[in-house]
Amino acid sequence: MAGAGWVDGPRHTLFVRVTHWITTLCFFALLVTGFEIVLSHPRFYWGETGNILTRPLFVLPIPASRASVETGYGYVLPDQNGWSRALHFQAAWLAVLTGLLYVVSGLAGRHFRKDLLPAWADLSPRALIAATGSHLHFARPDASEAWSYNVLQRLTYILVIFVLFPLVIWSGLAMSPGFTSAFPASVTLLGGRQSARTIHFLVSIALLLFLLIHVLMIFVAGFASRMRAMIMGNPPAHREHI
Amino acid sequence: MSISRRKLFTRGLAATASAAGLGVAARLAQKYGLIPPDHGGIYGAGETLTYACQRLLTKHSMAREFSRSQISSPPFANDTGPLTDAYKRLQLGGFADWRLTVGGMVTQPGSFSLAELRSFPARTQITEIACEEGWSYIAEWTGVPLSHVLHLVGTHPKATHVVYQSIEPDWWDSMDMAEALHPQTLLAHAMNGGDIPTGSGGPLRMRVPRQLGYKSVKYITHLTVTNDLKKFGKGLGSAAPEGGYAWYAGI
Repeated sequence: MAGAGWVDGPRHTLFVRVTHWITTLCFFALLVTGFEIVLSHPRFYWGETGNILTRPLFVLPIPASRASVETGYGYVLPDQNGWSRALHFQAAWLAVLTGLLYVVSGLAGRHFRKDLLPAWADLSPRALIAATGSHLHFARPDASEAWSYNVLQRLTYILVIFVLFPLVIWSGLAMSPGFTSAFPASVTLLGGRQSARTIHFLVSIALLLFLLIHVLMIFVAGFASRMRAMIMGNPPAHREHI
Repeated sequence: MSISRRKLFTRGLAATASAAGLGVAARLAQKYGLIPPDHGGIYGAGETLTYACQRLLTKHSMAREFSRSQISSPPFANDTGPLTDAYKRLQLGGFADWRLTVGGMVTQPGSFSLAELRSFPARTQITEIACEEGWSYIAEWTGVPLSHVLHLVGTHPKATHVVYQSIEPDWWDSMDMAEALHPQTLLAHAMNGGDIPTGSGGPLRMRVPRQLGYKSVKYITHLTVTNDLKKFGKGLGSAAPEGGYAWYAGI
């Protein structure tokens, strides 16, 4: 099929689809368990140390799972830290190993250069404003966009893959006393252990925002076609044209 | 889609090779002590990966030490709740009768008073205690390196772990020999230049600064050198995994 915007092969390769869904699964596990871990101390600090006797940077207005933390709520939530930590790290391992495979394959297989690197022309202020405008109007993308990412998608995916994910992994490792004994710079560069914890939390929130917008955009673009593309490989429109 | 005979053969070969590779890896990991005692269960894979990787990375690494000006003030103590009568009795006597006994795979089982422990060569270090909950504080700890006490009693070359017990019931933990012989692993008897307050684990606290706070068990009275953690508690290496927490707390 040689029409405009059509390409040979599936919209998403099997490799991209499998790593996408493994990452999704891990992300949900990390999100839920991360929230459970935060519940045991919903206070955040900047610098090396922080505890209930020191001044927090900010406090989440939620109840805690430990009686030692003053939250203003009259009750303490059940402690879920044990399994949460175990699942958090297990999911992190799977996510990191999957991510490594994805990045190596994306570099070697030209997926990043071909599908994610934006064209120079699309980066002009005028083009960016136009793309942002149509996004904010929730304009349903035309058929060609089912086969290629637009410039905002490309920039967002690059931000998520090459900035947010590495930063969330780094700040996570910077909280490990074992890891930081081997690589002390991993924590000092972030401004201390509590800064690392706060960065880890804030980047997680950024990733959660990405997830929400990502899912919203899938609904705007056409849920069935985009889901089908990420599960089966091709959006249904392609088949009609064959 | 049909799979050619050659493809089938190469795939079979690859599968057999990876299965054999995993088997060899598991045996090597066991040999070099890279398998944690709580490696079973649904989270065993993650625990084992973390422990094995960190053990390889951290064999000789040192926990960060800080300057005096970074010591947390006011000093923070995680309250451990009401203490048993056994502790209170010893406290009334100024801990004069507190004993640290050492047994298991040793040539000369030992029993040390606090005065004896204080007379041993001491190490002072300013390190951070980080709790799995998220908070942390920095304090100065002085104590005798656990390695010194282990040398005095003479550990068996085949010993793999040191089990350490608190005077408080059901509070015990264990560490591998790499951690036990590490210069920063202390039987701490002083904190911030004075006796360790009760809330912080006085009179004797195990300080394991390369692992999270719960590894630094308070009120230490007994050490057992062993090569078989299965004999202790439910066989998971410490009280922590019995309560759902990881035995290895370097993460």
